[in-house]
Amino acid sequence: MKYIEEFRQQALAQTLARKIATAAKSDRQYRIMEFCGGHTHAIFRYGVQDLMPSNVQFIHGPGCPVCVLPMARIDMAIQLLKTEQVILCTYADMMRVPATGKESLLKLKAAGGDVRMVYSTQDALNIAEKNPERQVVFLAIGFETTTPPTAVAIKQAKALGLKNFSVFCNHVLTPAAMVGLLNAPLENEEQVAIDGFLGPSHVSSIIGSQAYEFVPREYQKPVVIAGFEPLDVLQASLMVIQQINQGRAKVENEYFRVVSPEGNRKAQQLMAEVFELRDTFEWRGLGFIEKSALKIRPEFSEFDAEQRFSCLAKPEAIIARDHKACECPSILRGVKKPTDCKLFGTACTPENPLGSCMVSSEGACAAYWSYGRFRDATKTEEAQSA
Amino acid sequence: MCLAIPAEIIQINNDDTALVAVGEVHKTVSLALVEQCQVGDFVLIHVGFALEKLDIEEAERTLALFAELGDTLTEAEPTVGATMGEGQ
Repeated sequence: MKYIEEFRQQALAQTLARKIATAAKSDRQYRIMEFCGGHTHAIFRYGVQDLMPSNVQFIHGPGCPVCVLPMARIDMAIQLLKTEQVILCTYADMMRVPATGKESLLKLKAAGGDVRMVYSTQDALNIAEKNPERQVVFLAIGFETTTPPTAVAIKQAKALGLKNFSVFCNHVLTPAAMVGLLNAPLENEEQVAIDGFLGPSHVSSIIGSQAYEFVPREYQKPVVIAGFEPLDVLQASLMVIQQINQGRAKVENEYFRVVSPEGNRKAQQLMAEVFELRDTFEWRGLGFIEKSALKIRPEFSEFDAEQRFSCLAKPEAIIARDHKACECPSILRGVKKPTDCKLFGTACTPENPLGSCMVSSEGACAAYWSYGRFRDATKTEEAQSA
Repeated sequence: MCLAIPAEIIQINNDDTALVAVGEVHKTVSLALVEQCQVGDFVLIHVGFALEKLDIEEAERTLALFAELGDTLTEAEPTVGATMGEGQ
């Protein structure tokens, strides 16, 4: 496949790994946060962490929309399904996310609820057109990559005059989450120190590399925007390490083939036209962050499920109960590893997830489970036999 | 969630959509988020939308940079051309 496999060449990966080993100074630690779950997945799938010297450590960030959505929002979707008998459309990742009382959309579907897994907002619109007698709600989640397609669907619904289509909006913003992470207090092990960031691939294609300028300016930390392929991750990591060595903090771009400084203006305009900032929004693991999420503008309120359905109007009435032993919040802040959680791999697996980080393939727990759960054990055995 | 893959546009339709190809797989996607696409362009595909055009010149430049690295730093590389497999 063109422009995919070229960025997975093994020999070049080994060459880049050797460059990193040479560049990383042995007398210090390099703690690089990959913000985005797509990078977490790539790091595990291709064994990138194993190519790194021991003092270069990846800290897995909160850039996995399924992982950071607080349980209360899924509880709200479930309540909507139960009380209003709607057709609820959503992306595949949402189906197995645990809700209060061990419920999930998949379990509700099995029990007869009309939940439809869709690939695109366009599929949800088609379902609404074909079922004019039913209310169709699109449960929208995702960062800036996934937001413009929702904006397009809302504009299309308006143009078509659809009376039975609405969106339960849970879109969140990347720069605001970075602020939330960087502002978290360092005491009481509530937060880990981060030396630099790998910036998201496709969020950045929309918002542009300029959107991260505040990180070096206000927090003196380098950001290198990286593609999702293993060579991209390695090259960008090298660039972060070089900046740290030189005492520099700049936004750099390894993913020039897709990301420009200003981003995709057309997509930005569509988002601005349809959405506005929420005053505050809750993130699993990070708590409430001001101006970190989007809601639908009043001009499009007829397509806003939170305006249309009274059961969504009082979110404070919902009291979500996360599993007591679940460490997702600490894992999302980078404070703990999935293997630090008592439930990991025992009660909580991708087939039967108890926490959200085990659901999506880009969740840190799912990535550890799929590609890394034997790695630490193997290393221990090797150390003992050596 | 934010995964997107490069696909080649093989046909542009009248309704602001295009038929794209990833290897042997063909798919119709919306062009609502991109401007001035042509047959032969590579676009990143995400949830049924072309998200952004891939700058082929920049892609080739990045690859050339990697190749240069390989030339200057490799001693013996028996696995040139191999792609990275999945870890376990």
